[in-house]
Amino acid sequence: MDTRVPKKKLGLKDRYAAMTRGLGWETTYQPMDKVFPYDRYEGIKIHDWDKWEDPFRLTMDAYWKYQGEKEKKLYAVIDAFNQNNAFLGITDARYVNALKLFIQGVTPLEYYAHRGFAHVGRHFTGEGARVACQMQSVDELRHYQTETHALSTYNKFFNGMHHSNHWFDRVWYLSVPKSFFEDANTAGPFEFLTAVSFSFEYVLTNLLFVPFMSGAAYNGDMSTVTFGFSAQSDESRHMTLGIECIKFMLEQDPGNVPIIQRWIDKWFWRGYRVLTLVAMMMDYMLPKRVMSWKEAWEIYAEQNGGALFKDLARYGIREPKGWKDACEGKDHISHQAWATFYNYTAATPMHTWIPTDEEMTWLAAKYPNTFDKLYRPRLEYWREQAQQGNRFSNKTLPMLCTTCQIPLLFTEPGDATKICYRESDYLGDKYHFCSDHCKEIFDHEPEKYSQSWLPVHQIYQGNCFKPGTDPTREGFDPLLAVLDYYEMNVGRDNFDFEGSEDQKNFAAWRGQAQSN
Amino acid sequence: MSNVFIAFQANEESRPVVEAIMADNPNATAVESPGMVKIDAPGHLTIRRESIEERTGSRYDLQQLHINLITLSGHIDEDDDQLTLSWKH
Repeated sequence: MDTRVPKKKLGLKDRYAAMTRGLGWETTYQPMDKVFPYDRYEGIKIHDWDKWEDPFRLTMDAYWKYQGEKEKKLYAVIDAFNQNNAFLGITDARYVNALKLFIQGVTPLEYYAHRGFAHVGRHFTGEGARVACQMQSVDELRHYQTETHALSTYNKFFNGMHHSNHWFDRVWYLSVPKSFFEDANTAGPFEFLTAVSFSFEYVLTNLLFVPFMSGAAYNGDMSTVTFGFSAQSDESRHMTLGIECIKFMLEQDPGNVPIIQRWIDKWFWRGYRVLTLVAMMMDYMLPKRVMSWKEAWEIYAEQNGGALFKDLARYGIREPKGWKDACEGKDHISHQAWATFYNYTAATPMHTWIPTDEEMTWLAAKYPNTFDKLYRPRLEYWREQAQQGNRFSNKTLPMLCTTCQIPLLFTEPGDATKICYRESDYLGDKYHFCSDHCKEIFDHEPEKYSQSWLPVHQIYQGNCFKPGTDPTREGFDPLLAVLDYYEMNVGRDNFDFEGSEDQKNFAAWRGQAQSN
Repeated sequence: MSNVFIAFQANEESRPVVEAIMADNPNATAVESPGMVKIDAPGHLTIRRESIEERTGSRYDLQQLHINLITLSGHIDEDDDQLTLSWKH
């Protein structure tokens, strides 16, 4: 018989092995440690790289196929959104300010993650890990591009989105997410994985991409919900990578456990601080809200993260040191952050406002122990002052935390009426912190964090003016000089939403959408 | 026992997948939010290729899940026929 018998297709597990193993090499004329200088120097011991497996067993061929399909779907939605001027269907132009924060503070992080994974993918000696990092690197680059494309339609019509990359390196509050990734990218490769794959992707990323994106859908923003969920489907793969890498490191050698525990303590706290922005986006910036920050925290951090740390206990890993303080913070951080943005609105390329009475009722119901007692009186006072022409605005610059770079705006654990403040001495200088956990991170690696580029310090030192600026000339206004350095359009990008060009334009366009 | 969960974009491609999961995992609960559906289950949850194929009448590759998947939690064990999420070892 000449009939050809087709060879049976390999099963998923065999296919994965065939596509991810035997791709590396042993060096001949140079020592391995010289070619791969980073995968030992943190003290993490790996005895058998072959134990690394991608739980999804996604290989490059399937990766291109499914990513291609996701791209087609995403761009079909973005096209339809643009053709139909669907930005006119959003609930309220206040919502767009959440997108401004997204393009300013989140999208550039995708690019940093792309670079980070490309770097560690090159430097691991194990092929499975390299393939996984390579795919994630491509994913992150894709996220940077799709977010930029999806949000570009808003940039055509609204202020405060025209210069996000320039701002990322300069504007005061954007140093918070920036410093997180620069810290991770300048760590060793295993610390990078603990920081980004595990702490950020597995423990915290749901809080950014799931309830907020569902909120985008609720507010009529199909473009954003689609890029958000399209990115998040990659995140689910990154999360499996995160849990795999932590298990892999913990199982390889018991000596790895204390090193990793310290990284988990550090990176959980750093990631939690970055998410402060998301807390206020959910509670204050979505006109139609899906759930409060507190509820999202309970679902995705306490329940999901709690299950994870219960599971990791078998390796001797405990929940991160800052866990309890972070859980207490669920009642406070969105209100404290929004108050800070409200009083620094002059220096911020987005608009702020006082919540309406209905919104305050919603906040009071979601935060029964804190909102009416601690936060409503302040908001109502500011509203009253604004109505009398005394809009409260802070003219001095705040002390920043040297580690997380957030102004010292958070309160003491157990006492929400007192600002939390810590300090350390290092080589004759004083450093300031927002919490015990940020202080502890600094004290462990002062040689790294004493180099932090803190926007407020840089402004006071005169390093945030354009070349040629003369601070000694008569009538010099340092704030305007800093905003000029930021290349912000003063009077359009900043100040209150009420009376802004965004508000007026949106109302006029909506009128045109409803009739001739 | 800790929950595992999986969430999908709420669309026509996900509908048979969600129905199959709900039929195969009697302890699971589905929570709908704008644009998405999240399925929680105590301890573990299994997605079976055959159950999805019974509903769509066409072949289904489990890796197609990636197109509409939003998020998940738990350890994954996947082969060509099933994908299980669990907190077991």
